[in-house]
Amino acid sequence: MASAVMNATTVALDWLSSSFDAPLARAVIFGVHVDGHLVVEVLLIVVILFLLSRKSYKHPKKPLTEKEIDELCEDWVPEPLHPPITEEMLSEPPTLESAAGTHTMIDGKEVVNFACANYLGLIGHEKLINSCASSLEKYGVGSCGPRGFYGTIDVHLDCEERISKFLGTSDSVLYSYGISTIFSVIPAFCKKGDIIVADEGVHWGVQNGLYLSRSTVVYFKHNDMASLESTLERITKGNKRAERLRRYIVVEAVYQNSGQVAPLDVIVKLKERYHFRVILDESNSFGVLGSSGRGLSEHCGVPINKIDIITSGLGGALATDGGFCTGSVRVVDHQRLSSSGYVFSASLPPYLASAAISAIDHLEENPSLLGQLRENISLLRRELEDVPGLTVSSSPLSPMVFLTLKRSTGSPKADQQLLEDITNRALKEDGVFIVTSKRSTLDRCRLPIGIRLFVSAGHTHGDILKASASLKRVAAAALSEPI
Amino acid sequence: MVRLPYLTALTTLFSYGLLFAFGQLRDLFRRIVDWHNAKSKDLQGYAPICLGLEDFYTRRLYLRIQDCFGRPIASAPDAWFDVVERYSNDNNKTLHRTENISKCLNLGSYNYLGFAASDEYCTPRVVESLKRYSSSTCSVRVDGGTTKLHIELEELVARFVGKPASLVFGMGYVTNSAIIPVIMGKGGLIISDSLNHNSIVNGARGSGATVRVFQHNSPSHLEEVLREQIANGQPRTHRPWKKIIVIVEGIYSMEGELCKLPEIIAVCKKYKAYTYLDEAHSIGAVGKSGRGVCELLGVDTADVDIMMGTFTKSFGSCGGYIAASKEIIQYLKFTCPAHLYATSMSAPAVQQAISSMKVILGEDGSNRGAQKLTRIRENSNFFRSELQKMGFEVLGDNDSPVMPIMLYNPAKIPAFSRECLRQNVAVVTVAFPATPLLLARARICISASHTREDLIKGLEVISKVGDLVGIKYFPVEPEKKQPDRYTKKLE
Repeated sequence: MASAVMNATTVALDWLSSSFDAPLARAVIFGVHVDGHLVVEVLLIVVILFLLSRKSYKHPKKPLTEKEIDELCEDWVPEPLHPPITEEMLSEPPTLESAAGTHTMIDGKEVVNFACANYLGLIGHEKLINSCASSLEKYGVGSCGPRGFYGTIDVHLDCEERISKFLGTSDSVLYSYGISTIFSVIPAFCKKGDIIVADEGVHWGVQNGLYLSRSTVVYFKHNDMASLESTLERITKGNKRAERLRRYIVVEAVYQNSGQVAPLDVIVKLKERYHFRVILDESNSFGVLGSSGRGLSEHCGVPINKIDIITSGLGGALATDGGFCTGSVRVVDHQRLSSSGYVFSASLPPYLASAAISAIDHLEENPSLLGQLRENISLLRRELEDVPGLTVSSSPLSPMVFLTLKRSTGSPKADQQLLEDITNRALKEDGVFIVTSKRSTLDRCRLPIGIRLFVSAGHTHGDILKASASLKRVAAAALSEPI
Repeated sequence: MVRLPYLTALTTLFSYGLLFAFGQLRDLFRRIVDWHNAKSKDLQGYAPICLGLEDFYTRRLYLRIQDCFGRPIASAPDAWFDVVERYSNDNNKTLHRTENISKCLNLGSYNYLGFAASDEYCTPRVVESLKRYSSSTCSVRVDGGTTKLHIELEELVARFVGKPASLVFGMGYVTNSAIIPVIMGKGGLIISDSLNHNSIVNGARGSGATVRVFQHNSPSHLEEVLREQIANGQPRTHRPWKKIIVIVEGIYSMEGELCKLPEIIAVCKKYKAYTYLDEAHSIGAVGKSGRGVCELLGVDTADVDIMMGTFTKSFGSCGGYIAASKEIIQYLKFTCPAHLYATSMSAPAVQQAISSMKVILGEDGSNRGAQKLTRIRENSNFFRSELQKMGFEVLGDNDSPVMPIMLYNPAKIPAFSRECLRQNVAVVTVAFPATPLLLARARICISASHTREDLIKGLEVISKVGDLVGIKYFPVEPEKKQPDRYTKKLE
């Protein structure tokens, strides 16, 4: 069969070549002997070129005409910029008429203030006010420029040196706002492709920083060290690219959303085992924890150079505004050029920097403030043990006492209503100013909301007893009423 | 518009190429030296904070001229201030302060109306508010951080800007980063100018919406982008966009230009897009009564949906504000993270903003505000026209107090800066990455507290240094003498 086909093809080819050879035999074009097969080859090349030049048969793409685009633009209706305003959006917070110290004036009445994070009672302190006043006379209010363009005033450099001397690190960076500190630091160090392991209860500033950094973020259960260990194990197993990937653990010392305290010694052991770097946010623990107020690392007995990056806001114990970040020289230098909240923003007003210096000086001279604060916290916790319907869920070390509902009503909105009802009554009827924790719609934290009391070293025993008595009475009244 | 001469572009590229080559050579030597020394034990197993070329620019280019940036001052940033001298022992890697200060003319701080130093009306009130409310409230606005001063400031800002309501924050950067994610979410489209500030870029990124960029200050390109995007819908699914917002700035801080606001508003209205105007540099500094770019260009404030501004530049304070309709502000108060989680603005800063705004409006009983506004306009126009007469390439529109002088070449940046400092004039030089690589510039910010003598001294020094450094790219031709035959004809 095959040989027959072969024979047939050879015969056909012979006939073809002979018929071509015949008329063109001895034709010479351009010195090239033209044989018959050349004609076939040229024809084949022409056919191939012709086929290549044809467009493949695809459905023809017709771009939209101008008229069609006009119609689409006219048809399109945008959503309004804001959703419809509901009843709960209209509530206004109480307006203070005097300094936010331990006692403050609201609506002409004097109330006991448990709503301000004035942990060391330094609001209204004479030393701070005097140093602020002299700074204001000398430097004016604003610094009128970012740090790179004549916005660096000598008090900023003094403040940075003072903070690093206090904490025992090599250098620190001053930021102009508390919340912008953490969401500028994280994107400065974590880039796309890096791995971050973060607690699921971190506050919005940290969440925003994690989102802006575009790294891979893995959350572990709130303050659960077993969950952290298993997460670290899972991530590093089989992943040999440690040399080029940066890895971070992000935790807060005292969590804003729940009042829990992170066990730093366990975290440091885990970090060393798995080669991660730690970013610690000490906004609520700087000036509070530790025998001299140096924060969680002093309290846990961890040497400060084991924690790579420490950030904190100054709006807590130090009674000013702004934030700082500290660490090794490499960490701090890197931020001076790549941290967006530092480079692209005006610097901290100089009077706030001098207030911070005076506050740290005062804390170093009077470490008894810390003992006072701790006594107040334990007294308040003891008194609040038997509040009907509410339970104290924060850590015994936390200066922010967090109360959650023993039994939820079922819907988060109703919970919020109930808690707000309790705090409003406490303010109006008993003159005790406490607040609930409020969540933004952008916040992805799912921890339960509750009532927060910020304890200060300046509160007296009488203040604390008054607050706890009021809370017991009001909670009993609110919970007994049908909702 | 920047007119970049061909020769200048070539020489600038060559300079950067040379710097790059030298930097690589030094990196090579550093790697050889490091290979010999053992790596410290702490860093075993950890990836370095910056790998390879990530911080090449910082280490090899920026550190050489580090002394031109971040100069500390020892007094208020007024028209004349004290610059602290620094020295370095290790070729500019670290700088140390000395006790010496030199009094310099301040052409760099954002002090448009002169409120940076002690003011006779503002400072006593600020000190009084400090004594009454203390330096901070240590609390967020929704808890215990709202004082009467905050409410007063919000009402005053709304009245000043011309919108029904406003909301005030403690930092301008956070205002943008926290407002834009609230207003736009997934499924929305943000169209922003190509030269927008980093805070807007961060806010847009953090919102999760799609971001598109249109050519700087070009309403026609904006229209093209809008038409294309509305017709195509969301990427991949082609569903229609939920909402579209266009973000522009009043005065662009690196160009000194005003935004083409009326045309852009017209385009946005035609295509039903919302508008967001960031007036960080223009509020208080332009316009007949200081109300910003809307007043200057004759745009009705009701046409702009959201107006944002800061108190840092013209009001000598710190913080930012948002002004919009009552419903939007109500919604923001309910859910904006900067309002719910960030410490409220410090009371003395609030009082400074209130007092300076009252001075500008004339409500303090004097006409100092109007005087300041005319002074800054005259100063800016005088300075700009003189610089252009001398042959510098100056960007920006008339009436804008920000004027960049083009330098281009990387070597001229430190030369200009250091030489001016030696002659007691403090200028700001900006290079990559704040500007494009080839377009380095020196940026002058004029203030209402500069007197005519100050400006003349500044001009003299800049002219001298400009000759030394060679940045007079467009020399003015001398006036031609009349040829004799014309005079003969008249006779």
